[in-house]
Amino acid sequence: MTMKSEPFVVNVGPQHPSTHGVFRLRFTLDGERIVDAEMIMGYLHRSMEKLAEGRTYIQNIPFTDRLDYLSAMSNNLAYCMAVEKLMGIEVPERGQFLRVIMAEFQRIANHAMAIGSFAMECGVWFTPMMWMFRDREKILDLFEMTCGARLTTNYVRIGGVSFDIPPEFMPAATALVKELPERIAEYESLLLENEIIVVRSRDVGVLPPELAIAASTSGPVLRGSGVMWDIRKADPYAAYDRLDFDIPVGTRGDCYDRFIVRMEELRQSVRILEQALAMLPEGPASVEVPLALRPPVGEAYARIEAPKGELGFYLVSDGSPHPQRFHIRSPSFINLTPLRDMVLGLTIPDAIVTLGSIDIVLGEVDR
Amino acid sequence: MIFLAEWWDVRDLGNAVGALLEWLGDHGPDWLPYIVSAVVGSITIVVFLLTSLLVFAWVERRLIGRIQARMGPNRVGPWGAFQSVADAIKFVTKEAITSANADRWVFWLAPILVVVPALVVFAVIPFNEGMILADLNVGVLFLVAVGSVTAIPIFMAGWSSNNKFSLMGAMREVAMLISYEIPLVLALLGVVIFTNTMRMNGIVGWQDEHNTWLVFLQPLAVLIYFICGAVEINRTPTDIAEAESEIVAGYHTEYSGIKFGMFWLAEYFAGFAIAAIIATLYLGGWTLWGLEEWVPGWMIFLVKLYGLFWFFIWMRGTLPRLRIDQLMAFAWKVLLPLGLINIFFAGLEVLLWQENDLPAEAVLPGFAIANLVLAVVLIAAWAQLLGRGRPQYRPTRARLVKELGAVIYGEEA
Repeated sequence: MTMKSEPFVVNVGPQHPSTHGVFRLRFTLDGERIVDAEMIMGYLHRSMEKLAEGRTYIQNIPFTDRLDYLSAMSNNLAYCMAVEKLMGIEVPERGQFLRVIMAEFQRIANHAMAIGSFAMECGVWFTPMMWMFRDREKILDLFEMTCGARLTTNYVRIGGVSFDIPPEFMPAATALVKELPERIAEYESLLLENEIIVVRSRDVGVLPPELAIAASTSGPVLRGSGVMWDIRKADPYAAYDRLDFDIPVGTRGDCYDRFIVRMEELRQSVRILEQALAMLPEGPASVEVPLALRPPVGEAYARIEAPKGELGFYLVSDGSPHPQRFHIRSPSFINLTPLRDMVLGLTIPDAIVTLGSIDIVLGEVDR
Repeated sequence: MIFLAEWWDVRDLGNAVGALLEWLGDHGPDWLPYIVSAVVGSITIVVFLLTSLLVFAWVERRLIGRIQARMGPNRVGPWGAFQSVADAIKFVTKEAITSANADRWVFWLAPILVVVPALVVFAVIPFNEGMILADLNVGVLFLVAVGSVTAIPIFMAGWSSNNKFSLMGAMREVAMLISYEIPLVLALLGVVIFTNTMRMNGIVGWQDEHNTWLVFLQPLAVLIYFICGAVEINRTPTDIAEAESEIVAGYHTEYSGIKFGMFWLAEYFAGFAIAAIIATLYLGGWTLWGLEEWVPGWMIFLVKLYGLFWFFIWMRGTLPRLRIDQLMAFAWKVLLPLGLINIFFAGLEVLLWQENDLPAEAVLPGFAIANLVLAVVLIAAWAQLLGRGRPQYRPTRARLVKELGAVIYGEEA
């Protein structure tokens, strides 16, 4: 007897517990095996690039907070760097170091969320997520202390930062940096050495380096595939050229490698923070810039190593107070593009783990 | 009112009921004691389970809160102790939606049926020497038979919801339950070989008589039974049938209100049932090396039961979920062969003991040590054989580099 069987279409999303927002995956399944996957984006499209063309350069900074809402500091930084490049503004040394400190704290906060949600995709019942929240909370407290906001910080400004740090910042930040290595060791003992996490993510969702480069991925996704690449070293910005740190790289390009790369980046960020907090120079944190900026006609592209990968802003100025073109090269969107090749032939649980290991934020994918 | 003669003796709550039944037997028709004992027994079991549930729904949330470095429920009542009451009210008052394309009858029937097996199991669990609803002479067989019925209501729920996620959850559940039923039975067989009886009270009595617990004589079987039990009750790390991050909520995706409440209830009841079975069969039930002379036996039993349930909560708070094929492979490749080997050795030991007519005090400690060594050696050897020690499954760390541009894909760490 032959049984009639046919492929079976399952929509994962836009409402699904593990799509990190309103992302939709349309899986065609043969049994539980994925034979085709289609990514459908755009549910959170807010037309940010067009909206920005009607606003002045300074008014656009809060927009960048809403891109990757888990790492607002990095987004502010990348945008302000692009405007500064357009205008030819030099940021004072203290401002550069403050930017590094905030960006690295933001990286820890973002990776905490990324690792926590990756563990949730693997099926842990909230525990790592809650542990990560505990430390992220302290980082957000530091942000609140400095600029009054926790999530959408709007802190990095053109020509420097919005406020210099308050006197209570340094003791709190130093204490936190002292405490973090202990916490990271705790996470490693819970997650990194966990047999079930290893069997769930080892050799799952493999992204070979050729594909990773061809798809233009960046950040932990690229480094997990064994490609040594980090914009902090390749094209140093702010004060990164004066700081000593290593780049963690994986060797297999699977979900486990992307996860351990993020784990190690937490340690490296702590290392950078230790140095940056000790080296923080005195002096002004920012230079005065006019409120109505009119950059000269021209174009500029500035990029940083955001927690999720290469975040770039491309600005074209026609001499008016508004950018003529405002383009965002968002790492989440570009890292998501090879997903189909990564999940073909896997089962739904593996595909979910793969999606979790890419670490996307829909605010940035759809813009 | 003669039946109240010994009501004050809390060591056995069955005394009062026993006296009542005797009085009824003397003064009424023959069939009356059967009906009354069935009604009293089932009501007691339901009340016991519901109170345990109310307490443990709260205990679980507080404990997991503690594991997760947060407070847990703390708004309703002192330390949030009435949280489960609030939850129960919510379950009852919320609308129980039946989706338009559902198979209405089956959809309604599934949540009712799913509670039954977990309840019925308690009929053969002895809470104390006389506190057992039905002391069947095939008690162990009854446990196995009733336990495996759970698959049917769950499949009914998944099928009738007319939802792809539900169907996938139901398929997974059925596949899992059927596979894990086999090692579970093998684990129970070890007990039966030693005690030579299937009566639950007989097994407890055997452990009492020989002054040992079967957990010492059958360490491997306890482990197998515990793992199978965890799979049957669908909690992490084996909550594959309702894997939240993959298939939304599995077979009960479409359920809401009290209908969902029944599934939730059944999950807890099944958890208590598994804990009760382990406590009875492997941990000596209501006995504790003579302490039952002084402390009511049912208290000892409940301490063991809740202690075991606490392990399930701890597991849920710590471990990630396995994938379905990994879990099935574990049942067939690891638990089944180990269970068979365990039975072989149990049979050999009993044969040795009975044929040579050796004194129990002399052989049982020897068997205990031998079986513990056997368990450790078997697990280690089997893991080695299946390649758990292979380098790709060892946790690694990312390699640290300073220079850029090169690709180290494929190099061994």
